[in-house]
Amino acid sequence: MYRRIAVLMLLAGCLGLAACASHKPKPSAEQQQSSSENGAGANSEGAAGGANASGGPFGNQNSIAGPQAGMLAKRTIYFDFDSAVIKGDGTDIVSAHARYLSDHTDARVRLEGNTDERGSPEYNIGLGMRRAQAVRQALLLQGASAAQITVVSYGAEHPVDPAHNEDAWAKNRRVDIVYLAPNGQPTQPPQ
Amino acid sequence: MNPTLRMASLLRIFVVVLTAACLTPPAARAQLQIQITSGVNNPVPIAIVPFAEAPTDGTDVAAVVQHDLVGSGRFSELPRDKMPATPTSAADVRFADWKAAGSDYVVVGQVVPVAGGQLAVDFNLLNDLTGQSIARQRFVGSTSALRNAAHRVSDVIYQAITGIRGAFATRIAYIAVVGEGADERFQLVVADADGYNQHLILESRFPLMSPAWSPDGQWLSYVSFENHLSAVYVQRVLTGERTRVSMRAGINGAPAWSPDGKKLALTLSGSSGHPEIYVLDLATQHLTRITDSPSINTEANWSPDGRSIYFTSDRAGEPQIYRCAATPGSNPERITFTDEYNAGPHVSPDGKLLAMVTRDDSGSYRIAVQNLVTGDFRVLTPGRLDQSPSFAPNGATIMYAARPGRAEAGILATISVDGLTGLSLKPTQGEVRDPAWGPFIQ
Repeated sequence: MYRRIAVLMLLAGCLGLAACASHKPKPSAEQQQSSSENGAGANSEGAAGGANASGGPFGNQNSIAGPQAGMLAKRTIYFDFDSAVIKGDGTDIVSAHARYLSDHTDARVRLEGNTDERGSPEYNIGLGMRRAQAVRQALLLQGASAAQITVVSYGAEHPVDPAHNEDAWAKNRRVDIVYLAPNGQPTQPPQ
Repeated sequence: MNPTLRMASLLRIFVVVLTAACLTPPAARAQLQIQITSGVNNPVPIAIVPFAEAPTDGTDVAAVVQHDLVGSGRFSELPRDKMPATPTSAADVRFADWKAAGSDYVVVGQVVPVAGGQLAVDFNLLNDLTGQSIARQRFVGSTSALRNAAHRVSDVIYQAITGIRGAFATRIAYIAVVGEGADERFQLVVADADGYNQHLILESRFPLMSPAWSPDGQWLSYVSFENHLSAVYVQRVLTGERTRVSMRAGINGAPAWSPDGKKLALTLSGSSGHPEIYVLDLATQHLTRITDSPSINTEANWSPDGRSIYFTSDRAGEPQIYRCAATPGSNPERITFTDEYNAGPHVSPDGKLLAMVTRDDSGSYRIAVQNLVTGDFRVLTPGRLDQSPSFAPNGATIMYAARPGRAEAGILATISVDGLTGLSLKPTQGEVRDPAWGPFIQ
């Protein structure tokens, strides 16, 4: 949930939130976000069974549990270092979701591309997008339609494992498939 | 000459708000560690004598000046317990005693109240060997701006002795991440270059990235994921007024202000699916595409003359740094050829050096500089997870994000361009990254 913008003073440099809240410019109208509480279903990361280090509002807005049968319960495709090639399990996971999307034309997904933390942050945004696009292409080739899919890249900004070792990095190089509330309308990219 | 201290607008608002709101006494300070990695061979020995203090908020002006100068790696201090006396004006200095103590220079000064409830900081930089005054100035400001006055003193001393303009009285912006799980928060923070006087500019439950200063220091541009998708904003630092400049489909990232402040370079991927560099005219909102290559093209950084843009591209396979004209149609020229990964370009204010993140053969990510005239390539930092280099406005130092050990939180660090002097700024909680060094404050 986005908070109001505030110009606070943190006296003497303590980096925690501090001290006196004073001048608070009024927030611009577009910033109001609804509550992250989502009664409609489980957090998609929870459905996949993976530990979600941030545990917060990511993916919660409009997200639903989505299909759970068999391979469809798996929502994460993993990638090798510096690679956007779908491999191993990922191929089967993508196929399962492509079939589901093809059979359920109202279904909507958001593909969230991620990288491990190493290297330059904005380049990692590009790499995460490359991974998300690879999954998108594979879904389209196997029956999903473009209107059902949005893509976003979080780069290195949204790790599931905050540790700084090879294990954590392997878990963070991923695309998450997040099912969104179907709205019966083609997905419009925001302006 | 008695220049009046013209405080940055941010500080002015800071002062106004301070007097209007509750005054919390200084709590735990940000941990600062000076690690001088090896230092220059012959640092200039200088003695900064405690200033005669008016009743103040407790700021030890001489200590701030000493921290600035010693932290630059080019000066060594005479410890207070070795000082032969504590003069506060030139007339009281017996030069023979200070020469004997090993100092080439002595700085003396006073903080005195002046009209309007303000304070004047007077200092005199004296050459021990000649007995001459090298620099002498007065800075006037409010009691809460004493640290800033001290940094101004440091700037004058630094320039008088090294010939290089000081950048101690400047500001940085960076991203802080605090809390865990549902309590995790991302913050855009502005602080003095030494990490003090932190101001929370924006806080969000979603990631913030890539802060970029406007050339006049009045605005910050940054990336926010508050809409679950990336978007680029510009925000006036003083008032908090913010405008979203792009939330197109796909990537909206890597904002960079042109040197004339009129344009913003952006990374967008909407129409092609892969990230390209665009230039947005802020007045007309006209968007011009600059790059055209089915690869990742991002991290635009303007040359000081505003005619070229350095950027990261992996059109050749792995990310390297390229330069193209800031107008469409030019063929980008590849700049980096050392190692297999070079990204995050930041050009020095004189246009001669390019700082970047490089990955060496061992897989370590480190900050390097390439001389754009000679091609000389030098790795400056130890790594292994360094990123986001940003030049100080005097070109003498680079700030970057580092992670000193695998289990430790991310910190900010600085390295001198000669690679000899490093400092780190460690937060008291959470971690920090994505530093952007602001311009000189006029």
